[in-house]
Amino acid sequence: MTLNVKERRNKTGTVLVATGEINSETSGTLLQSLLPLVREGKPLRIDLTAVTYVSSAGLRTLLVVYREAQHHGVAVTLYGVSEEVRFVMSATGFLDFFETGEAAAAAATAAKAARAKAAR
Amino acid sequence: MSETRSEQVLRVDAYPTHEVGGYRVRAGKPFPFGANVVPGGVSFSVFSDQATSMTLVIYKRGEPEPMAELEFPEEFRTGSVFAMTVFGLDHENIEYGYRADGPYDPVTGHRFDARQVLSDPYARLIAGRDVWGVEPDYSRGYQYRSRVCLQDFDWGDDTPLGIPAEDLVVYEAHVRGFTRHPNSRVTAPGTFAGLREKIPYLKELGVNCVELLPVFEFDECDNPRSNPETGEKLFDYWGYNTVSFFAPKAGYAATGRYGMQGDEFRTLIKDLHAAGIEVILDVVFNHTAEGNELGPTISFKGLDNATYYMLTPEGYYFNFSGTGNTVNCNHPVVRNFVLDCLRHWVADYHIDGFRFDLAAILGRSLDGTPLPNPPLLELLAYDPVLRHTKLIAEAWDAGGLYEVGNFPAYGRWAEWNGKYRDTVRRFLKGDPGVTGELATRIAGSPDMYSSRGTAASVNFLTAHDGFTLADLVSYNDKHNEANGEGNNDGANDNNSWNCGAEGPTDDPAVNALRTRQMKNALAILLTSQGIPMLLSGDEVGRSQQGNNNTYCQDNELSWFDWDLVDNNAELLRFTREMIAFRGRHRELRSTSHPTGQVREHLGLPDISWHGERAWQPDWSDDSRLVAVARCGAGDDDVVYVAMNAHWESHDLELPALPGGRSWHLFADTGAEAPHDIRTPGTEPELDNAGKYLIGPRSVVILVGRTNDPDTSGTP
Repeated sequence: MTLNVKERRNKTGTVLVATGEINSETSGTLLQSLLPLVREGKPLRIDLTAVTYVSSAGLRTLLVVYREAQHHGVAVTLYGVSEEVRFVMSATGFLDFFETGEAAAAAATAAKAARAKAAR
Repeated sequence: MSETRSEQVLRVDAYPTHEVGGYRVRAGKPFPFGANVVPGGVSFSVFSDQATSMTLVIYKRGEPEPMAELEFPEEFRTGSVFAMTVFGLDHENIEYGYRADGPYDPVTGHRFDARQVLSDPYARLIAGRDVWGVEPDYSRGYQYRSRVCLQDFDWGDDTPLGIPAEDLVVYEAHVRGFTRHPNSRVTAPGTFAGLREKIPYLKELGVNCVELLPVFEFDECDNPRSNPETGEKLFDYWGYNTVSFFAPKAGYAATGRYGMQGDEFRTLIKDLHAAGIEVILDVVFNHTAEGNELGPTISFKGLDNATYYMLTPEGYYFNFSGTGNTVNCNHPVVRNFVLDCLRHWVADYHIDGFRFDLAAILGRSLDGTPLPNPPLLELLAYDPVLRHTKLIAEAWDAGGLYEVGNFPAYGRWAEWNGKYRDTVRRFLKGDPGVTGELATRIAGSPDMYSSRGTAASVNFLTAHDGFTLADLVSYNDKHNEANGEGNNDGANDNNSWNCGAEGPTDDPAVNALRTRQMKNALAILLTSQGIPMLLSGDEVGRSQQGNNNTYCQDNELSWFDWDLVDNNAELLRFTREMIAFRGRHRELRSTSHPTGQVREHLGLPDISWHGERAWQPDWSDDSRLVAVARCGAGDDDVVYVAMNAHWESHDLELPALPGGRSWHLFADTGAEAPHDIRTPGTEPELDNAGKYLIGPRSVVILVGRTNDPDTSGTP
């Protein structure tokens, strides 16, 4: 199983869309794509919607990116994490390190609701 | 600094020097043993003293046949260590093992067989039993497959909690059994992840240490028996039959099928620590899963049988463990193996301590005789990495060596105090002539641990092995028929009492007495000096239907029934408040045995004994009542515990308290809930300060303090 990686840039930062499996064979490719983006210093979103499996080595690669981003003061957000990948990331503790788009969206929704309630 | 952390330093040893079997290789480093990821490849190192040659066998993950067999070149051997770095391996997608060639001569102890592929004793992951209970494919010759893994878990700021031993409240639990029941309502029942979801329950209960039954890789499917009543398969459920000592059990991980059991377990430990709960592992170094000469060859037998096992002069296996073989623990190489293993669990898994199954074996010499100064026990006691971990011995073995009170401690080892268990059980059921020994046991067993302090005694009434607390008060006899051994397995000396009916009953009087007896047990345990240990589920009255040896029962007989949290809320509340009370009163946790020395600020001795009359304990054979009052250095309050195992009530005369203090009622197991126990600090003052009527088979706990609880108690 291969991994395809595409970049999209916009005003708010960079989106990297991954398709396939992130494992010991493909994580090198992902790392080579992500590290230069992290060093640009702009917020980075990693879209995992089309990622079917993340192995132990894959999770470690994502964590390396997170640590590198921390070093450069860059925010990294994961989007589109499938239920199975999310479960594996949660059980193994990797999810604790990342902000996920779903969590960010939920927080934004809650904040919006709170503002609306306050306005009433 | 222009370089990033992800860029690697170039090393000379990242380049191959040889080619073997089509793979580029170079001589590896003898240490550390095992398989370790190095720049460009994987370094494999294995010890065998008598092997004439060694071959590394590599499989593509999950494949039945090897993809490569690489014999170690002679020049890659240092002493008795074979070490080789193999380049270009995808460490995540391989499994490996060894073929060791050498003499097959059982009389001299050698059982080499190059046809067998052997597990690496230092393997940090094992594949082959990835999902609990799945029927193995025995057609595959190599069952327990060593795997390579990185040891780069991100612990964040996790550090050992370092809770003083005397402050521990230990909770003995089975990883699978704790959340396997469907009513646990966790995401992944029966796993490390499931247990992690129940941390809030543990925190609310108040325990600060979880002792896990074996988590090293074992084969739950290696039990050939079936339940004679139902025909259902029986398992090796407890797991006291280690296959691989460095590897966490994959079947205990929801992510075991992905080979991520290490990270899942570490995440559980990290979160337990964050909740203020230490983790102790129950470890089994006295024997392995290889059995005797009729057992399977998994690893040690084929690598170096004569080194790893205690053998008779005829080459048979000594059986001090009762399981077929005995690990040669005090052989210098095996000593180091045990040390390496424990260091691994402390350094790579942040484990806080260990309970050693049948630890008396660890003090036996190469021919089985007990050693006066066992080098292994000394080594573990003084090791720099293990220095601050808890070391707890089950200080007996199946060969008749019983060292409770005499275990070679080196100032470090604590013991499961079997005498505490037996004495309190006998007292609870109303045996005569027990009050004297009961007093010794609840004071931290100074007869056994005078030079070691009270924390040398791990006090327990129940453990995985034996009756649960609910069964202890519900059955006179064991009922182990479901184990398929004709009720001949399991202990017979249970000191249990069924309160008038064998097993479940509708008799409200019997059920009320059973509840009271459970509260009595918990009250005595949690006010005794020493380290208290609870069996998981006892706080909610978990029953095993009288089975006192559920080692093979992977079913509701063994699982924690979470409905009991609501159904037995009364007992759970009692347990929580008792644990909180212990935490509030330092005199109950004093590391020094009491001497009777008068506390100047109170004018009372650190410990005093009472009966129906204050200051007049009755130690006669007929006595079934004893009361103890404790006050500690620096504590402002006095804790009085009256224990009545008699079937009649007694009027207690209470000892007078120094100025400004009065007696307050914390617990009376004879009272109806919610008046059976209070929240510490909210105890009401007694109306009749000088007297208290203790009911039949009841425990009463009073606190002598001022009326302002905020100024008393010492958290």
